[in-house]
Amino acid sequence: MRVPPKITQAVAVTILGGATFLTVAILVFIIGFVLSKGLPGVNAEFLLSAPKDLGRTGGIFVTIVGSVLLPLIAVAIALPLGVGTAVYLSEYTRETQFTRALRFGTDCLAGIPSIIFGLFGFIFFVMMLKMGWCLLSGGLTLAIMVLPTIIRTSEEAIRAVPNAYREVSFSLGATRWETVLKVVLPNALPGIVTGVMLAIGRSIGETAAVIFTAGSSLRMPSSMFDSVRTMSVHFYILATEGISDEKAYATAAVLILAVLLVNLAAYGMMHRFISRRAR
Amino acid sequence: MKFNGEKIAKYSLMLVAFSALASLLLIAVFILKEGVPFMFKMGLRDFLFSSNWNPQAGKFGIYPMIVASLYVTFGAMIIGAPLGVAGAIFLNEFVPKPVMRVIKPMIELLAGIPSVVFGFLGVMVLAPIIRSTMGGPGLSVLAAAVILGIMVLPTVISISTDAIAAVPNSYREGALALGATRWQSVHMVIIKAARSGIIASIILAMGRALGETMAVIMVAGNTVKIPHAVTDPVRTLTANIALEMANATGLAREALFATGVVLFVVIMILNAIALSAIKSRVHKK
Repeated sequence: MRVPPKITQAVAVTILGGATFLTVAILVFIIGFVLSKGLPGVNAEFLLSAPKDLGRTGGIFVTIVGSVLLPLIAVAIALPLGVGTAVYLSEYTRETQFTRALRFGTDCLAGIPSIIFGLFGFIFFVMMLKMGWCLLSGGLTLAIMVLPTIIRTSEEAIRAVPNAYREVSFSLGATRWETVLKVVLPNALPGIVTGVMLAIGRSIGETAAVIFTAGSSLRMPSSMFDSVRTMSVHFYILATEGISDEKAYATAAVLILAVLLVNLAAYGMMHRFISRRAR
Repeated sequence: MKFNGEKIAKYSLMLVAFSALASLLLIAVFILKEGVPFMFKMGLRDFLFSSNWNPQAGKFGIYPMIVASLYVTFGAMIIGAPLGVAGAIFLNEFVPKPVMRVIKPMIELLAGIPSVVFGFLGVMVLAPIIRSTMGGPGLSVLAAAVILGIMVLPTVISISTDAIAAVPNSYREGALALGATRWQSVHMVIIKAARSGIIASIILAMGRALGETMAVIMVAGNTVKIPHAVTDPVRTLTANIALEMANATGLAREALFATGVVLFVVIMILNAIALSAIKSRVHKK
């Protein structure tokens, strides 16, 4: 007997809808679970005091400093490289074998798992260049990791700037570089900032690439050549070495909130950028 | 003067544009340089197909880790791929646009949750459930597969969604005009048209799952043994690198880089396949 198409459709939609619902439910559960377990342990003292006894008591201030500094260093390095690449690809060349190779390199770099970045950063920055576990080693490693994100979002943003803007600028006698600097980049800025936010979000959450390059010292860093511990590394150590589940949950709550806020800001930025373009 | 400035700008930008490709090559060269000589010193067969991993005794067989990585990755795909593709189809074809605009970013936020948090939830929530219902230590192939399956959902959903959204509306209209129901138009026309993108999303997700480290270390149990049941603990290739890195020196460190080479090569191949699948779709249009 043939099942009527309407019934097959009803069954299919129920299954598909169920799968989608499940995905959203998992997301809500993860965030809800971590926040409900962790937030009670989060207060001003937890955020602003130093960890004591390996993190068993006290706060996480040093690790917050680490989680702010490391992504900032990474972005400070990756931003000029990424935007420069994007400007070159979109304003200075046409599609050639050469640009295809550059794009392929970017795409491949984006697919490399973070543990490989960690291995590379360790052997290259920490050992070979003798920089040791430090902010700079970690920042450089993360910079390479987030470079593809910044290149892609910047290129999209730059390509979204209407050609008329460039033509007007050229017709006023501006050179290509002046046009890039004064017309294209300012108009692409919200899109570029979106990329930066996504890069910061990814850096804050990263553990494998950071633990082998920036180390896990709990002392406050005083220079680029001091080791730091980020929140995610701290959380990993608290959780796996059985130091304190309570502190681990609280750290996880702060970590998740930080990443979500940064990513939400990125989406908000992107949305405004797109809606402004659509007008 | 102005002319010179333009030249300088152009050539510096060209130089900067090499940064990503140069980084990729630098990483490849260093990982290969550290790892490949070791592979040949040990003999490829003893390295890849021996089950004896005992760095203290100079035994470096990574076969159990290769098997573990495969099991965990395929397990993750069994969970993540159908769920993700179903989500992508549902969001594109059966949900009003405004609802999709709320749910899709929410699912993409899932990608932002740090892997250590996924791992921790695996330990605190999932492992105890597995331990009490199926026996074993809880930290296992199954736990790792479930956690990774969830972690790859955003990759599968967002790339599949793009592929499905790129199917021209005329295809849908054509199918509907012939009297097909929405579901018939989806499974007879749209899925076929978006096939290469959907497959690419799954292959990219495979690369993600294979390369994931921190979450896997926390939930897989890390025993170097070929698993016989889904409830057995395992150590994956990535976990092996991360766990032994801290105190490995000399030959043992080279072994870890050699493990990295295996991982790097497999993931590069997966990515190349996925990228060419995505590219071929773009060309067809």
